[in-house]
Amino acid sequence: MAKQIIKERRLQDDAWKVVNLVDGEAPFDVCLPVGPLLVPVAVWKAKKACLIHREYEHGTPLGIWLAPEDDLAEIAADIDDFTVIAVHFPKLADGRGYSTGRLLRERHGYDGELRAFGDIGRDQIFFLNRVGFDAFVIGEGKSAEEALAAFDDFPESYQGDAVQPLPLFRRRAA
Amino acid sequence: MYRYDDHDHAIVQARVAQFRGQTERYLAGELSDDEFRPLRLQNGLYIQRHGPMLRLAVPYGLISAAQLRRFADVARRFDRGYGHFTTRHNLQLNWVKLAEVPDILADLARDELHAIQTSGNCIRNVTTDHFAGIAADEIADPRPWAEILRQWSTFHPEFSYLPRKFKVAISGATEDRAAIQVHDIGLQVVRNDAGEIGFKVYAGGGLGRTPLLGQVIREFLPWQHLLTYTEALVRVFNRHGRRDNTYKARIKILVKALGREEFSRQVEAEWTNLQGGPATLTQAEVARVTAQFAAPAYETLAADDLCHLSHLREDKAFACWVARNVQAHKIAGYAAVTLSLKKLGAAPGDASSEQMEAAADLAERYSFGEIRVSHEQNLILADVPQRELYTVWHRAKAAGLASPTVGLIQDLIACPGGDFCALANARSLPIAAAIQERFEDLDYQHDIGELELNMSGCMNSCGHHHLGAIGILGVDKNGAEWYQITLGGRQGSEARIGEVIGRAFAAADVPDAVERLIAAYLAHRHADERFIDTFDRIGILVFQHAAYPHPHQSRRAVNG
Repeated sequence: MAKQIIKERRLQDDAWKVVNLVDGEAPFDVCLPVGPLLVPVAVWKAKKACLIHREYEHGTPLGIWLAPEDDLAEIAADIDDFTVIAVHFPKLADGRGYSTGRLLRERHGYDGELRAFGDIGRDQIFFLNRVGFDAFVIGEGKSAEEALAAFDDFPESYQGDAVQPLPLFRRRAA
Repeated sequence: MYRYDDHDHAIVQARVAQFRGQTERYLAGELSDDEFRPLRLQNGLYIQRHGPMLRLAVPYGLISAAQLRRFADVARRFDRGYGHFTTRHNLQLNWVKLAEVPDILADLARDELHAIQTSGNCIRNVTTDHFAGIAADEIADPRPWAEILRQWSTFHPEFSYLPRKFKVAISGATEDRAAIQVHDIGLQVVRNDAGEIGFKVYAGGGLGRTPLLGQVIREFLPWQHLLTYTEALVRVFNRHGRRDNTYKARIKILVKALGREEFSRQVEAEWTNLQGGPATLTQAEVARVTAQFAAPAYETLAADDLCHLSHLREDKAFACWVARNVQAHKIAGYAAVTLSLKKLGAAPGDASSEQMEAAADLAERYSFGEIRVSHEQNLILADVPQRELYTVWHRAKAAGLASPTVGLIQDLIACPGGDFCALANARSLPIAAAIQERFEDLDYQHDIGELELNMSGCMNSCGHHHLGAIGILGVDKNGAEWYQITLGGRQGSEARIGEVIGRAFAAADVPDAVERLIAAYLAHRHADERFIDTFDRIGILVFQHAAYPHPHQSRRAVNG
């Protein structure tokens, strides 16, 4: 069965592969499999020319994945190159990725696919969606079908966010 | 007070449904303990010694009579007929059943009550001054700002998985009655030279294992920018606060590590991107919220009610209660009444359903139907006409709410401690009871005068022991309960962290030690000098000698 991802509020097949650096492996030595790839920042920086070449020659779209501690300044100039930016949530309790999402959308104006992957499930989707994520790879052992219901957990929110920039008080007054 | 509109209702109702689903999935085994933990904590639900404890919010300490009756009803139907008011405007129920929590929340929601973000690594219940709106030293009423912050922080999508809990307090008066300097963010309402409202912003205060006072990171933040600036500040914390060590994860550690100037610089840098954005507050929104905190319809009264004055002359017990439990009001002929939850024989801050209902009745008849919860764990009727004080006193006495000891040793602050709390190292309640008993004699208490005694059952410091003139901290030594005493802590505008006097005491020795400290104070005090003032004047050494009568013990103590 193909890997599944939640996009446009439904389950879809997903062809993207996540490239990881194994311990001690130099970013430049990583072997890049065929097909669309989500590479770590270090690999992007080391093999940028090669990756761009793959896109130019073979139409393979560009993707990157960010760890919670990654500094967006390092990729700021390249952000529009990516078809997919994925943000990793290594632990449910690590909420740095929520800020990453908003910064990518609101500060860097990124408008491609922004996907969350890692330790996320139904109970994180609503907020993840609000901070700008529009694709979700549900963590292992969790139900992706059930997660689909989470988009409508709340009918209204007080704050503005990456989807609805106006806070409630600006809409309430109208 | 703030009343919900359809939007507010819809949000709270949705939370009830969401939590019902989460609870059902947990009970069905679809959510693991680890997955459910942050979800239940963000809804105030702890797993405690006796089962779950549910912490309900009293946003910025203000509650209506109908809401207090709802608490009483919930405590009676779902718990054992009482609840515990905490130092942060919350009510804790200690004996609820997990499967019934969604029903409790549904009941509470009918009266605009909830348990949202009363725990967990998120932005907690915003707290403020229990005399807001009635204090003569008020610059501006902090409650509209607290409500604006409540809405902003409620289900903030970016800040629900912070490195650690995050507490905000706001004071609108010259004297800080909200302990803002020991909060992650403390906001002091100020006016600039042009008379415009703004905030002095403190960050990085907190108690716990590493008690620190907040540092001023901005002298004047114009009110329009309250939310954008706060958002920038919390974002810096979310991204850069430590996540590798839970004891080092509070914002105070980040502020300390970066230094005040660098932290402030990072916040300002983040803020430049948010400043002027859609979260910038509008005059219309501030006016909408402020209107809901309009002063009640006060009568025009004489500054001194003659009947009241004669009761004061004729009834010594009443006069004693007034001296301690009745506070000045900015409107002539009115007063604020503290209903004490420090009755002998009951845990500090505990109120039975009957007491909550009695307080609700009093509020409805004599105080415009509103009650405040103070961080000293008492209830307050903020707007009582002087002429009614005598009646209020009689009724409060009948309900066990009139211990004339506000500000005295019997008014001590204590967390629930090891009797209830799973985090505690030691029990607080038996020690609190033993101290209250030791000083039971009212004349003795009044002679000792104002004394803040605060007690926590562990380093988490829910009882704010660092801020007590006398602080008591429960510690675990090889499985036995011991108690460490600190002296010289202060809350308020001159907030200060207390100093450890030495080696910890066994439970049975704590009342003796406290009595020896107080004897030292009585022996050294000048006329009208409070314990804390005497301490400041003569220093800790006299008290150390008093606390450890055997010299070799005190030397050991000093050596650690």
